[in-house]
Order: sequence, then C-alpha cells, then structure tokens
Amino acid sequence: MEALRSWFTYVQDNFEFILEETIAHARIVVIVIALATVFSILLGVAVSRRPILRAMALSVAGILLTIPSLAMFALFIPVVGIGNKPAMIALFLYAILPILRNTVTGLDSVSPAVVESAKGMGMNPAQQLLKVRLPLAWPVIMAGVRISSLLVVGIAAIAVLVGGDGLGSFIQAGLTRRGLPNAANSVFVGVVFTVLLGLLLDVVFATIQRFTTSRGLRI
Amino acid sequence: MTSEAKIHLDRVGKTYPGTKVPAVEDLTLDVYDGEILVLVGPSGCGKSTTLRLINRMIEPTSGRILLDGEDVTQGNPDKLRRRIGYVIQQIGLFPHQTIAQNIATLPKMLGWDKEQITARVDELMSTVGLDPEEYRDRYPKELSGGQAQRVGVARALGADPDIMLMDEPFGAIDPITRDRLQNEFLRLQSELRKSIVFVTHDIDEAIKMGDRIAILGERSQIRQIDTPERILAYPVDDFVNDFIGTGSTIKGLNFLKVSSLTLTGYPRMSTDEAPEKGIARLQESGSDWLVLVDDQNRPLRWLNESDLAGSGDELESGGEEIGEFLQSDNTLFHALEQMVQSAAGCSIVVNAAGAFEGVVQMEDLSKAVRRAQMEAKLHYEELEEMQA
Repeated sequence: MEALRSWFTYVQDNFEFILEETIAHARIVVIVIALATVFSILLGVAVSRRPILRAMALSVAGILLTIPSLAMFALFIPVVGIGNKPAMIALFLYAILPILRNTVTGLDSVSPAVVESAKGMGMNPAQQLLKVRLPLAWPVIMAGVRISSLLVVGIAAIAVLVGGDGLGSFIQAGLTRRGLPNAANSVFVGVVFTVLLGLLLDVVFATIQRFTTSRGLRI
Repeated sequence: MTSEAKIHLDRVGKTYPGTKVPAVEDLTLDVYDGEILVLVGPSGCGKSTTLRLINRMIEPTSGRILLDGEDVTQGNPDKLRRRIGYVIQQIGLFPHQTIAQNIATLPKMLGWDKEQITARVDELMSTVGLDPEEYRDRYPKELSGGQAQRVGVARALGADPDIMLMDEPFGAIDPITRDRLQNEFLRLQSELRKSIVFVTHDIDEAIKMGDRIAILGERSQIRQIDTPERILAYPVDDFVNDFIGTGSTIKGLNFLKVSSLTLTGYPRMSTDEAPEKGIARLQESGSDWLVLVDDQNRPLRWLNESDLAGSGDELESGGEEIGEFLQSDNTLFHALEQMVQSAAGCSIVVNAAGAFEGVVQMEDLSKAVRRAQMEAKLHYEELEEMQA
C-alpha cells in the first residue's frame, strides 16, 4: 500500500513530464504505424498474386522481426545519426510483417465469385482492387494494423537508448539509479503508461476499424 | 445468316497453355436477337468455357466473336463486358455493398446521374420482384439464396444490355425456388426480349428455358442444335439420345397442344334421357363407358352399363368422377396425366363454355407423337439435302 501511494505521489509530482513523454511515445508509434500501413498494403497488393515475390516478401518481413531490437535500433545510427530517426526506422521494419501478412491473407479470402462478377461487369483491375478486393480485405488488414501497433508501442520504449524520446526514458532513468529513491517508481511509470498507451491506441484503431468497415461485412 | 445473328461465333477455339487437346474446338454458333439459346452437355464438355469466351472472361486462341456483326475479338475486354449482362451460379454479389449499390454498379461506372440511377435501381428491383422500400438498404448476407439470385439478375440488367450470359444461374437453388425463378425469368424475358446464352447441365432446365438448345459433346462440339420439341422428337444420334435420357417422348408431349388433335367422338347421354337409351348406345358403340352430360352438354360423370342398369334417379352421383377437363390450349402432357387417372382411360375435352367436345385417347397421343417425329425427321432430311 505504501509503495502504491508513493508511486501515485510520484506520478502526480511528475505528471507534466510523464504526459509529455507519453505524447512523444504516441507520436512515434502513430507515425510509424501510418507509414508501415501504407507501405505494407502497397507491398501486399503488389505481391498478392505473384507467389514467388509474395513468399520472399513475407520471409524478409519475418526475418526482420527476429533481429534483436537493441541491435536493430543501433544499426541505423551510422546512417541517420542518433535521436528518433533510427528508432522509427527500426520500428517501421518491425511493423511490416503483421500488416503485410494480413493484407495478403485478406486479399486471398475475397471470394473468387465476387471478383469474377466484378470482372464480368467490366471493372478493370484497378477498379476491382479499389472497389471490391481492398474493401473486402479491409477488416483483416485493420486487424494486422492493430497487432502492429501493440507490438510497436512496447518496442518503442527502447528508442531512448539511441537518443529518442518516449516512455522508455523513465525505465532507463529508473534502472540507472537503482537503489536510489523513486528509481522503482520511475520504472513502473514507464511500464504502466506504455501499457495504458497500448490499450488506448488499440481502442482508437478498433474504432477506426469499426467505422471504416462496411456494415455488410460485420459479423 | 451471319448478319442477322446477335452473337456470331466464327470457328472459335480455346486451347489452354500446356495442353494439347483444345477445351473448345472450332465452334461456330449463332445466337439470334431475342432468343434464349441453352448450351447443355455433360460436365467437362466446355459449355461454361464457351460462354466465357463470348465476354472474353477467357480469351479465345482462335476464331472471331461478332456482336451485331462487329468483331469484338480484339479491343478492350472491359468495354465489351459492360455491354453484356453476366450472371453466374455463385452470384458474386458485393457483400460490402447494399442491394441498391450492387445493382447500381454498372450505371455508376458508366457515369449515369444520381436520380437516373436511383430510378433505375427501383425499377429493376420491382422487375425481379423485390420491394425496393424493403430491400434497397439491405446487405447481401441478409438475403436468401433465391433473393440473392434475383439481385444478381437485376444487377446484370443494370445498364440494360441487349445480351445476357447466364452460367447455371439457378443451379445452387432449391428445386421449388428454382422452378419459381425459372418461371419468373421466362415471364421477364417475354417482355425484355434479350438475347440470352444460358448454360446448364440439366436437360429439363434446358427444355424449359430454351427457345433453342445446343447439345454439346466433348470440346464443345455441337451434337445437335434445335428447338426443344424437335430435339425431343428426333435426337440425331445416340449421344443426344442418351443425354436427353429416358422419357424424352413424354417430355415432348409438353410441346404438343390438344388443339392439334382431331378429337374422337364418344358415346354420351343427357341427364333427361332414359338409362335404357344409354345402354343401347353402349352396346351399339362397343364402348365400356359413356359420358353423362347435363342439359347444356356439360360433362358430369363416367357411367358404365351396370351404373345405368341400377336405379334411374341416382345417375348424377353414380358411376365415376371425371376430374379435370381439357381445353384446346392444354398440352398433351396434361392430357396424358388426365388419361391415366380417368376410369375410362381417356380424357375429356370441353370448349370455352364447358360443353363436351370429344375425348383424347391413347392412340391420339401416339399418332401426334409419331407425326411430330416424322416432321422432325423430314426437317433434318431437308437440311441434309440442302447441304448436299
């Protein structure tokens, strides 16, 4: 109880700073997810009907996800320097796989009869894609976006190690001042607010998913 | 002939890459304006492929396709498809769009203005028997199979094409609904007079829907193409005969009318005549039964000798019931149905006023059938002579 009270006092005392870092954290995640969504959908559409390219794209995206995050973040420092940039590049690469995989799966799951009738009515391939295939794959793609956003919210805490912003700074500060007053409180602020941010973003994306999915596709 | 045909396939062929045997070989076929031509054949004969060659869903590897005399084998296939209504068995409605949006697909693509589209959608929904108020804003998942296929037909009619291609459109629907949809579609077609190519594997559906039927064998070779009545009366070879199956003669009775028969006379007596007179007529004619008619010559009962020999005032409830009467526009199939149910083994024909005209007997049916077979045979012999 005492620890909890102390933590709340800590949060109250540092609220402005916490809010600032939470917003910075959210900003990184939202920008990364937006870019990764556009990129992965374009890539998914491009490879969905080309079996070899598709297998290659999915393997590469899968391999990227297995690269340890610490190394991945550091990898881009020589190229873009320290700060948010190397962090965002690394997060972008992590975010690709779930969205790409779901784009491909979503496009696959569109009934061939529906595509056949679209083609039979004289829709050209671009119209088939934009009016039929993508709208039908959309709920599945959005599910991928939500998975990526949860993934990225957690990993983004490492950004602080390459000079970036975000809630990771509380974790790092706490760990380096281990044993000193408020060290544990600082770590828990980092953890709890990252989790809360993750939940909040998921609710936001779920709402977007709901309002951008046709009523005819809702279960 | 070529210039009259709405659709003309000129030695069209399709060989898939990597195969030697063509799926469709050298097919020449005309579809006339306003007719339903049914392509029917065993599965794998290439009938669906043939249909899909017409709107180039499958690109032919040889030959030409002409619509209204215009060669459409080259050029933009999407533009071609917008001129042709296309209905498939799986329907393929867009699940993310409402019924109205589904039907509006092609008009929208063609850039019709909004009011025109709304009016067209309502009109089409009423045409296929769906209340626009009730169904306009529904989604495909909220429809039954039969309703969905109605929407499929309405959507294909969207931009009022002259030509419709229908690939087993009623194949996945339960028999009762299918029968109703077939009837509705035939009624619709009698107003719209589209030129339709209709694919089915069901010979009965072919007979019902087709103005003409093309029976296809392997590689989509035409084994016989003609009106259903002529195919039933005179299958040209064993393949066609096997395909139309047993009972083809009986099915053929559907195309012959009572009016084509010379009716046979039959012994009868009126309710105001004495039973003895009836008995005398039975003995005179050698018939087992006579028809009891009322004072306006309307048939009442079948009576035999023992009915007549019984009590005189029970004649109107004695003997056997007659059942339904035939009229001149009934089919001989209907006549046969009545005949096998009738006590006297023949069916009674009445005029529009309900007065007795005569009876149809088994030998009349067989005469009519043999005459139809003879006529069909003569037709084919003439064709051969013309070709020779």
